Amino acid sequence: MTDLPMLTLMTLTPLIGVVVLMVLPASLARASRPITLGISLLTLLEGVFLAHQFRTEGGQLQFIERAPWIPSVGAEYFVGVDGLNLLLILLTTLLIPFAIATSPFPSERPRLYFALILALETGLLGNFTALNFVHWFLYWELGLIPAYFLIKFWGGPGRRTAALQFFLFTFAGSVALLLAFQALFLATGTMDFPNLAALARDGSLSSGLSRAFAWTGLNPTRLASILFLGTFAGLAVKIPLVPFHTWLPDTYAEAPTSVTLLLTGALSKMGVYGILRILIPIFPAETRTMLSPILVGVVVSIVFPTLVALAQTDLKRILAYSSINHLGYCLLGIFVALDPVPQGPQWANERAAALNGAVLQMFNHGINAALLFALVGILEQRTGGRRQLEDFGGLRARAPILAGMLGTAVFASLGLPGLSGFIGEFLIFKGAFPLAPGAAALALPGLMMTAVFLLTLLHRVLNGPVNPARQEFQDLSRRECLVLAPMLALLVLPGILPQLLLRWTNPSVVAFVAGLAP
Amino acid sequence: MNGPLHLDLLRQLLPEAVLVVSALAVLLLDLRVFGRRALSERMANSGTCAAVGLLASWGVLGMGAVPVETLAGAFRPLPGTQFLKGVLLLLSLATVVFAMPGRFTRHAGEFFALLLIATAGMMLLIGTDNLLMLFVALELVSLTLYVLTALHEERPGATEAALKYFLFGGIAAALTLFGMSLLYGLTGSVQLSVIGSRLAALPREPLLWIALVMTLSGLAFKIAVAPFHLWAPDVYQGAPTPAAALVASGSKVAGFVLLLRVLHVGFGANTAGSAGRIPWSPGWIPWIAVLSTLSMVAGNLTALRQTDLRRLLAYSAIAQGGYGLLGLMDPRPESGAAVLYFAVTYAITALGAFGVVAAMEAAGEEPTLPGLAGLGRRSPVLAACLSVFVLSMAGIPPLAGFFGKFFVFVRAISSEPQSGRLWILSVAVGTSAVALYYYLQIVRHALLLPAATPAPALRVAPLTLFALLLLAGATLVLGFLPGLLLNPLQ
Amino acid sequence: MLAFPLYLCFASALGLLLWRRTASRLPHWITLATCGLGLLLTVTAVIQRTPGAEVVTLVRLPWIPTWGAEFHLAADGLSASLLVLTGIASVGGVLFSWNVQDRPGEFFSLYLTLIGAVYGVFLSWDLLLFFVFYELAIIPKYLLIARWGSTRRDYAAMKLALYSFLGSAAVLVGIVALYATSGLNTLDLSALARHSFPPSTQAWAFPVLFAGFAILAGLWPLHTWAPTGHVAAPTAASMLLAGVIMKLGAYGCLRIALPLLPEGARESRFVFGVLAVAGIVWGALVALRQRDFKFVIGYSSVSHMGFVILGLAMATPLALSGAVLQMISHGIIAGLLFAVVGRMVYDRTHTRDLEELGAHRLGKTLPFAAVTFVLAGFASMGVPGFSGFIAELQILLGTWPVSGRLVAVAGFGILLGAAYVLRAVHLGFFRGDDSPPLEALAPPAPITVPEVLGSGLLLVSTVGLGLFPGFVLDWIQPALAGPFFDGLRRVMVP
Repeated sequence: MTDLPMLTLMTLTPLIGVVVLMVLPASLARASRPITLGISLLTLLEGVFLAHQFRTEGGQLQFIERAPWIPSVGAEYFVGVDGLNLLLILLTTLLIPFAIATSPFPSERPRLYFALILALETGLLGNFTALNFVHWFLYWELGLIPAYFLIKFWGGPGRRTAALQFFLFTFAGSVALLLAFQALFLATGTMDFPNLAALARDGSLSSGLSRAFAWTGLNPTRLASILFLGTFAGLAVKIPLVPFHTWLPDTYAEAPTSVTLLLTGALSKMGVYGILRILIPIFPAETRTMLSPILVGVVVSIVFPTLVALAQTDLKRILAYSSINHLGYCLLGIFVALDPVPQGPQWANERAAALNGAVLQMFNHGINAALLFALVGILEQRTGGRRQLEDFGGLRARAPILAGMLGTAVFASLGLPGLSGFIGEFLIFKGAFPLAPGAAALALPGLMMTAVFLLTLLHRVLNGPVNPARQEFQDLSRRECLVLAPMLALLVLPGILPQLLLRWTNPSVVAFVAGLAP
Repeated sequence: MNGPLHLDLLRQLLPEAVLVVSALAVLLLDLRVFGRRALSERMANSGTCAAVGLLASWGVLGMGAVPVETLAGAFRPLPGTQFLKGVLLLLSLATVVFAMPGRFTRHAGEFFALLLIATAGMMLLIGTDNLLMLFVALELVSLTLYVLTALHEERPGATEAALKYFLFGGIAAALTLFGMSLLYGLTGSVQLSVIGSRLAALPREPLLWIALVMTLSGLAFKIAVAPFHLWAPDVYQGAPTPAAALVASGSKVAGFVLLLRVLHVGFGANTAGSAGRIPWSPGWIPWIAVLSTLSMVAGNLTALRQTDLRRLLAYSAIAQGGYGLLGLMDPRPESGAAVLYFAVTYAITALGAFGVVAAMEAAGEEPTLPGLAGLGRRSPVLAACLSVFVLSMAGIPPLAGFFGKFFVFVRAISSEPQSGRLWILSVAVGTSAVALYYYLQIVRHALLLPAATPAPALRVAPLTLFALLLLAGATLVLGFLPGLLLNPLQ
Repeated sequence: MLAFPLYLCFASALGLLLWRRTASRLPHWITLATCGLGLLLTVTAVIQRTPGAEVVTLVRLPWIPTWGAEFHLAADGLSASLLVLTGIASVGGVLFSWNVQDRPGEFFSLYLTLIGAVYGVFLSWDLLLFFVFYELAIIPKYLLIARWGSTRRDYAAMKLALYSFLGSAAVLVGIVALYATSGLNTLDLSALARHSFPPSTQAWAFPVLFAGFAILAGLWPLHTWAPTGHVAAPTAASMLLAGVIMKLGAYGCLRIALPLLPEGARESRFVFGVLAVAGIVWGALVALRQRDFKFVIGYSSVSHMGFVILGLAMATPLALSGAVLQMISHGIIAGLLFAVVGRMVYDRTHTRDLEELGAHRLGKTLPFAAVTFVLAGFASMGVPGFSGFIAELQILLGTWPVSGRLVAVAGFGILLGAAYVLRAVHLGFFRGDDSPPLEALAPPAPITVPEVLGSGLLLVSTVGLGLFPGFVLDWIQPALAGPFFDGLRRVMVP
C-alpha cells in the first residue's frame, strides 16, 4: 500500500490528456492520437500498479480516500477498491488504449474525438471507484455525455436519432436513480453506499423510510419497493436489461465501431456494477421479493436477443444482441446468488460461484466484445463501411490471421472451454442450477442459440466461396496484429488460468455473500 | 377693532398684500410703459415684474410674521402653512417663467396680474380657519383661473373650456356654499375648529350628511376628482399652458390643504365613518373612498387612450387626485404631512410636465405623443426632464412621486383595524400599474423614437430650461431625502 | 467595502450619462473597470470576513425618521453570495457587449444603473430602501430593451415593464400592509422579522407578497414577460435579466416574504409549489417547441426559475439553500447561454432561427461557441459536476417532505430539460454538419478576446461552484440557520 491517492490520480490522469488536447493547435491535430494513447497507457500502468498493490486476502475495501464535500446533501468524496471493481478498473484501463489504437483516425474534429474518449475514461474509472452516490452519479453522467457526442459526431447515417435515443433513455434512468437516492438520503441522512448497506442490514433504513415518509401513508415495505424499482430502472437502462433495451441495437449500430467497443465493453458494465454495488446491498430484501419477475427479465434478456440476432444481417447488430445476451448471464449470476429459497450456509459456495462467475463474465465479456467489435471495425475499414453478412464470404482464404482471430473471439464468446468465456458462464451456471434450477434451465437455450448465430456469422464471413468484391482483401497488418494480440492473450489466459482473476475477486465475493445472508 | 389689530393683520397678510400690489403694478406698467412694444417683449417684461413680485412676497414671507388670532380665525394658519405658502409662491414663480416665452395672448399684463392674484387667493385659502374667508378665497382663485383659461387667443377651445370651467365651478361654489350654510346652521359657528368640536357633540342627523356631501362635492369639483372632473380635460387642453400648469399645481396644492382642513378639523374624526369591511358606517371617509376609487379608475383608464399630451396630463391629474384623497382617509393628524407631501411633489412634477409642454409650444411644436418623437435628439435636457416628471408621477423610485404614493398608501389603510381598507389599496396599486403604460409611452416617444422627419434642435429659453432643471432636481432630491419636505409639513 | 460597488456603479453611470462622447471604447473600459472593481471588492470583502449568520451592518443613517425609514445597508451570507453573483454577471455582461457601437455612453450608463440597483436590493436592510432599489431596476431595463433591443422590442419592453410593475405593485401592497399593521413604525427588516404578525394578516399578505416578488422570478402563469423580454433585449441586458434581475424577485421572497410571514408561507406552500412545478414543466415543454434560439433559452429560464420558486415555496432549510444556490447557478449559466446565442451567434449570423442556423454550420465555423454552449447546456441540464446539479438536488431533497408528487413532476421537468438542450445543441450548431458549406454565407467573424474571457469567467464559475459548492454553501447555510430566519424555521421544521 502506498500513501498516494492512487484512485484519484488514476481517475484524473485522462483529464490531463483532455486539457492537452483542448489547447493543442489545429496544425498538430495528427499528434492527438499518440498523445491520447500515451495518456491512456499511463492510466493502464496505474491500473496495473493498483492491481499489483492490491491485497488479495480479506476482500475488504482498499485504497480508501475519504473527504467531506457537501455535508448538507450527504456528499462525501469516498473511493475504494475491492474484488468487485478491481477487474472493472483494469478492464477500463485496458479497453481505452485498445479503442484508441484500433480506431481509424477521424477525418473531422480529431482532437475532440480523442478528448472525448479520455473524458469517457475518467467517467468510467470514477464511476467504478466511487462509494458515495453524489460523485458516483457525477461520473455516471460524465460517462454518458462523451458517449453521446462520440455517437453524434462520428457515427453512421442514423447517428443523430441514435445518440438522442441513447442519451434520453439513460438520462431518464438517471433521473429515476436521482429521485430514489434523494428519498434514501432523507430517510437516512447518508449517501455512502457502505453506510446505506449497513443501515439496510440492521433495519434502520426501513424505519427511517417510514419515519421520513409517514405522510405518504405507505408502509415501509411498499416505499422501499418503489425506491428499489427506481434504482433498478435507472441501472437496468444502462446494461440494458429487457425491456429497457430498445435503445441499444440502433446505438451500437450507428456508433463508430471503436465507440461501440467501449459502450459494450465498459459502459454497459456500469449498470451491472451498479446492481452489484448499490442495488443489492441496499435493497436485499426487496431484491429477493422481486426476484421472480427480475429473473424472468434476465432469462428473456438471455434468450430473446439470440432469436433476434438470428434474423439480423448487420454484423454490428448481431454482436449488439449478443452483448445483451452475455450481460444477461452476468445478471443471472448476480440475481441467483440472492435466491432465498435454498436456505442454509451450505449454499454459500454456490452463491459465491455464481457471483464470481458474474464478475469474471463482466471482465471477459468486456475483452471479448472489444476484440469482436475491433475486428468488425477492421472489416468495415477494409470494405469502406460495409458490414452486412452478404458483403463477406471466404475471408479465411484471403486473410487467415484475421480469420483466426475472429474465430477465437467467436468461440470465446460462445463459451468454448479453454477460452475465457467458458469460465464465467460455467461458474454462473454452476451456481444457478442448484439455486434456481428453473431460471437456469430456461436460460440454457440461450446458450445454444448463441452458438447457432455466432457460428452462422463465422461461417458466412469466413467460409464459402470468396465474395467477388473481396478478392483484394488484405490480411491484418503487423501493426494491427500487435494491437490485437494482447486482447487475444487476455481471451486465452483466464480461460486456462482462471485463478489469475479469481484470487482477486473471490475474497470480496465471499464477504459479499456473507453480508447478504438473510 | 383697534390700531394694533390692523397692524397685526397687515403683518400677517404682508405677503399676500405684496402680491396684490405687484399685480396692480404689472397691470399699470404693461398699460403705460410696455404697451406699445412687441408682444414677446411685453411678455418678458411683465413676467419679470411678476417674478419680482413673487420673490418679494417670498422674501416677506421668509421674515416670518408671528401668526395671531384675528377676525374669528380668518387667518389662522396650521403648522406648515407658512412653508406651504412659500411653496405656492415658488410654483407660481415657475409658472411665470414658463409663460414668459409664450405668445398666446395680447393681454400680457392682465395674464401675469391675474396669475399673481390667483396666487394670493391660494395663499389666503390655505391660511384660513373661517368658512366665510375660505369661500371668498376660493372664489377669488376660481374666478381668476376662469379668466386665465379664456386668455388663449389662438385656440378655439379656450373660450369653450373657460365657459365649461365657469359653469361647473359655479355649481360647485353653490354646492359648497349650501353645505357651509348648513354647517353654520347646525353648529352656529363659521370657525372650522369650533365647528369640529361642536359637531362631535351633535347627534348624527340627516342634515349633517347633506352638509357633508354638499361641501365635499363642491370641493371635489375644485380639485377635479371623478365624477366631478369633466371640466378638467377641456381646461387643460384649451387654456394657455402656463394657466393649465397653475391649475394642475398650485391650485391642486391649495385644494388639498383645504380638504385636509375641512375634513380633519371641520368634520373631524367623529364624523369620519368607515369604508373598511362591509357594512360601512356613514361619514366622510366612505365618500372619499368612493371619489378616490372613481378617480383612480376613470382617470387612469381614460388616460390610456389619449394622444394629446395636455389631455393626457389632465386625466393623469384626475387619477393623481384620487391617490391624494387616499391619504385623507386617516383622520389622525400625522396623515396631513403625507397628503401634503404627495400634493406638493405632484404639483412639482405636473408643473414641470406642463413646463415642457409650454417650451415645446413656444418652439412651435404640437405637444402630442407623436410630436414628442425625436425629442431626445432635439433637446436631450427637455426629454430627460419630461421623463423624470412622468416617471415620478408613475411612482418610480427614487423619484419623489414614489414616496408620495407610498405615504398616502400607508395612510389609506393604517387607521382601519384589520386592514379593512385593503381593497382600496389594491385598487390604487393596481391602477398605478396600469398607469405605467401611458407614462412609459411618453418616455418612449420622448427618449427612444426617432422623429418622423429630420428636425432641427429645439430652441428653448434658457430660463425655462433652468426652471425645468430645478424642478427635476427637486423631484430627485425630494425623493432621496423626503425629510426635506416632510419635516416642515409635520 | 461591500457597499462600495453600489456607489461606484451609480457614480460611473452618472459620469457616463453626462459625458456623451460616442464612437470610442472608453465607456466600455470604464464600465469594465467599474464592474471588475465591484467584483474584486465584493470578493475581497467576502473572503476577508467569511459571511454567515451574522448580519453585518455597513451603513446605517436616518433617512425619513418620522416613518422609521433608514438608509441601512447590511449583508449576511445570503446577500454576500448574491453580490458575488452580481459581480460575476456584470463583468460577463460588459465583456459580451464589447461590440456595442450605438451610443455606448448611454448604454453603459443604463447598464450600470441596473447593476447598481441590483447591488442595492441585495444590500438593503430597510424595507422601503429595498423597494426603492427594487423598482429602480425597471426603467433602465425598459430603456435598454426598447432602445438597443431586437425582435419586437417595443412590445417586449413594455410587457416586461408592466409585468414587473404589476409585481412590484403587489409587493407594495404587501409592504404597506406590513408597515401599517405592525404598528412598530419601523421598516427595519430585523425588527419586522422579530415581530409576529397575526395569522389572519399573514394568510393574505404572504400570497400577495410572494406572488408579487415571484412574478419577477418568472412564476407560472405570469411568466410570459420573461421569454419575450429576454429575446428582445440586447445581449448584456438578457444576461442581466435572466442572470440577476429574475433573482431579485426570488431574493425578495427569501428576504421579506418568508421570514416576515412564516405562517402564511406554510399555509400556501403547496399552492406555490404546484405553480412552480407547473412552471418547470411548462417552460421546458415550450422550450422544446421553439424555433427562435433565444426563446429556447428564455423558456429554459422560466423552467429553471421554477426550481428556485419551488425551493422558496417549500421553505425548508435545505430547499432554501438549494434555491439560493440555484439562483447563483442559473445566474451564471443563463448569462452564458444568452451570451453564446445573443453575442456569438446572432451578432455574427443575424439569425436566431433554428431552422436557418443549420446552414451556417456553426459547429465547424465557430467551434468555440459550440463548445461553450454545449458545456453551458449540460450545466443547465443539471448534469452533476456543474453548479445546477447540487442546487436542484437540494431543492428536490427539501421538497420531498412536503410532497413526493411535486418531486416526481419536477424530475420529469429535468428530463425535458435534457431534451430541449440537446435539440437546441443539434439544431443550432451541428445540423449542417453533413451539408456542404454554402457559398453565399461568409464565414463568421472570429471569436474576440472579450468573448473568450467572458465565457471563461462564467464557465469557471459554474464548474467551480459545481465541484466545490461548499465554498458558497458555507455562507448560505449559516445565514439560513441564523436568527433572522428563526421564525421561519420554527414554523417550517416541526
